[in-house]
Amino acid sequence: MSFETVIGLEVHVELLSETKVFCTCKSEFGGKPNTRICEICTGMPGTLPRLNEKVVEFAVKTGLATDCEITKITRFDRKNYFYPDLPKAYQISQLYLPICRNGHIEIKTENGKKIIGIHEIHIEEDAGKLIHTESGTLIDCNRCGVPLLEIVTEPDFSGADEVIAFLEALRSTLTYLGVSDCKMQEGSMRADVNLSVRSAGSRELGTRTEMKNLNSFHDIADAVKSEAARQIALIKSGEAVIQQTRRWDADKRESYAMRSKEAANDYRYFPEPDIPPIDISESFINRINSALPELPAAKKQRYMNELGLSGYDASVLTNDIYIVSFFEAALKDCNSPKEVANWVLGEVLRLLKDSGTDSKSNPLKPEALVKIIEMVQSGKINRNTGKTVLEKAFYDGVDVERYISENGLSLITDSDVIESSVEAVIAGNEKSVTDYKRGKTAALGYLVGQTMKALGGRADANEIQKLLRELLN
Amino acid sequence: MRCGMNDITKMTALELSAAIRQKKISVTEAVNAYLDNIEKLNPELNCYITVCRDEALSRAAEVQSGIDSGRICGRLAGVPIAIKDNICTKGIKTTCASKMLENFVAPYNATVIDRINAEGMIILGKLNMDEFAMGSTGETSYFGSVKNPVNPERSAGGSSSGAAAAVAAELAPIALGSDTGGSVRQPASYCGVTGLKPTYSAVSRYGLIAYASSLDQIGIIGKNSADCAALFDVISGADERDMTCSKEFAFDYNSVRAENLSGKRIGIANEFLNVGLSPAVKQNLLDSAKRFETLGASIDYFDLPELKYAVPAYYVIACAEASSNLARYDGVRFGHRSEAAKTLDEMFVFSRSEGLGDEVRRRIMLGSFVLSQGYYDAYYKKAVTAKQLITKAFEKAFERYDFILSPVTPDTAPVLGESLGNPLKMYLSDIYTVTANLAGIPAVSLPCGYDGNGMPVGIQLMAKRFGEAELLSAATAFGKEADL
Repeated sequence: MSFETVIGLEVHVELLSETKVFCTCKSEFGGKPNTRICEICTGMPGTLPRLNEKVVEFAVKTGLATDCEITKITRFDRKNYFYPDLPKAYQISQLYLPICRNGHIEIKTENGKKIIGIHEIHIEEDAGKLIHTESGTLIDCNRCGVPLLEIVTEPDFSGADEVIAFLEALRSTLTYLGVSDCKMQEGSMRADVNLSVRSAGSRELGTRTEMKNLNSFHDIADAVKSEAARQIALIKSGEAVIQQTRRWDADKRESYAMRSKEAANDYRYFPEPDIPPIDISESFINRINSALPELPAAKKQRYMNELGLSGYDASVLTNDIYIVSFFEAALKDCNSPKEVANWVLGEVLRLLKDSGTDSKSNPLKPEALVKIIEMVQSGKINRNTGKTVLEKAFYDGVDVERYISENGLSLITDSDVIESSVEAVIAGNEKSVTDYKRGKTAALGYLVGQTMKALGGRADANEIQKLLRELLN
Repeated sequence: MRCGMNDITKMTALELSAAIRQKKISVTEAVNAYLDNIEKLNPELNCYITVCRDEALSRAAEVQSGIDSGRICGRLAGVPIAIKDNICTKGIKTTCASKMLENFVAPYNATVIDRINAEGMIILGKLNMDEFAMGSTGETSYFGSVKNPVNPERSAGGSSSGAAAAVAAELAPIALGSDTGGSVRQPASYCGVTGLKPTYSAVSRYGLIAYASSLDQIGIIGKNSADCAALFDVISGADERDMTCSKEFAFDYNSVRAENLSGKRIGIANEFLNVGLSPAVKQNLLDSAKRFETLGASIDYFDLPELKYAVPAYYVIACAEASSNLARYDGVRFGHRSEAAKTLDEMFVFSRSEGLGDEVRRRIMLGSFVLSQGYYDAYYKKAVTAKQLITKAFEKAFERYDFILSPVTPDTAPVLGESLGNPLKMYLSDIYTVTANLAGIPAVSLPCGYDGNGMPVGIQLMAKRFGEAELLSAATAFGKEADL
């Protein structure tokens, strides 16, 4: 019997609003424990929530970018449960009338394109953090009340590759919108995986499990594979899959059961009486819609059409908002978009990778890249020098023009100097000259290299080659 | 001519502030007069949980100099006030009459507290009440029952028991209470004073420790309707800290006047007279109706079949919200924490079991039940539908009537110790008051007479949403007529 895997996701993203969702405390990540708190986010008696309108705007933005319907009158609900990191002992969330519903995102994998349905997007507040010490457990409430969006997909995924493709697409969309920075490591993007298996072609869903504590795409991919295999093995051995929440152990690369759903909390949801229903007007939606930025899919298509980039190159450029911002900033001052794309895809990405710098903290100024491209194009420096200077600009922040002039890196334009150098190389490399004359064209490359070396790399390789040919033929 | 201490505490709040403005009385004299009464009578009546003697006296001097310099010119400037102990006062304990919050001091003021401070009023102390405002007799307080000043054998009502008794016994000229299902109007009626429950969303709830958020309103207990109107003018109005507080409503104090009620139509639901009403209460209601007619109003009877849903709907919604609102008292951050607990679950369970009283725990359990999976639709959702039906029924009635007149309670104040054994009976006695909370409309409880035991009887007058100015005008007219 063959099996197929059915997966749905619940993705939480932290929003980049300056302040928390129901008070005016800063929502920024970090800070000394309990320095970003007030009586509201710590649930002191008598306090009331005050909804941050920015959060509603961010949610509507996200909904519009994922083709959701926006709920005209949306409402908040209370999810009740006891835990020390939840000061009010209820989380303000949305169950009955979530702000966005019925959207989708298109993904592309090796098997082609696929539409992943978005069941709903709702707003909720984050809880605090427990810090376990030897003398006891402490609570840091800085995260209490940080606004979250929960994005719930339909069970439309059939494997890890689709899940990763979706999360990448979602991440680029959300970062383009500026609503979240989607950092899995810092927990500003978290995904829980609901997974079940069934015999291939069956229409009924199998019993599902929910996987938590997935802190990287790598974890997610491995957890999906591991959990599908675990469930298939269970079924094959005649055992039943138990509906439960499982926790991924990133060190052991396996999961274990946290709790069975049967014993799970009854959250006793009911409408939040402290927040009146929110009326989302047509004009509010229109205003946000008309201000939406160009989204990754559209931008990618445009780059392919306008710049003649391959689908792959266009994806690489557009997936990451910080790369695309760098690219577009460079484009503004440069009339060779194709050239800029090549440098970004090649050198800039290599420098980021080699130095382990994340794209957000790219130290390179777009103007530096533009200056280098211009100098290469106008023949002031050659491409290799350009790469060297780019590295200097990346690591040391040198001024491109000054660095080139101070280190004498501009090309030698005096043809007599080049010619005498070429003659000297011909005189000193008899064997290669003979090889070349016998038809070994590779020898020419060697002679070009030797000349370049003699000139300290400051010449145009094409010009040297031309001269060599003239003198040898 | 200077006034004697006795004269001071006999005055209404408006008379007192006028006397202070005219320099007949100093603010300190006024505060001292009340502090003296508190010292004398509070040990017996148990109205106050906390008395702020030193704070009140130093604040009195401050307010006096503010008045003298013209910096403080509120209509109620210099008037002392007492606060129900579920309204947060910065730096002063707010206990909710519970062991759970026995030592809780809020680091913030409720919005109403900021407003009475800005007005130049002086807080005398924090008033006893039913624990977390759950109870109708004042007997669920962790700090002991309040005694009715008219007859100390009897209950002062609840949950704003201390507020009603303090105003009746002249331990405060006026007080802030809270009313979720009658907690201002019912004790006012039992003690023979005036109680105003404003329209839901007319007064900010910020800083009112929540019992049932969609029904709670801060209310006023005073010596008469005019005092209530003056204080309502101080505390009502938009507040950005409470999203449920109306942005539009502005009370028109100047339109409140005791005038002839000719042309005004008053409705009485037939059902009001059929529900186990004691003869004395019924007689007083009919007498009051006549008195309104004397003032020029017309009286008419109508059917309100939705009344039968009121008590069940109220208790389902109130308990549901309470079960969530009171979940934060878990021993983690503030309030009582059990010393016997060894595990996290024990800390939650023991702290709550030790810190919360029987009635509070009963309502939390009821509320948790009606919200739980499988019961939500059968109870909570139906209750919400009933609330909407009642709201609509009142809206419809107010198309025909300016006011609706009803009893406040089926009977007068019960003897202490007779009620807690039968919570269901206690719940059912809320029938006349909970309707105003469910419909979100304003209502006043006005003293109108006495029963055979000499206990005060009240009547309730209700108006449409945000109809406080008309309501208080009619109530003032009724009060003046009663004085004659």
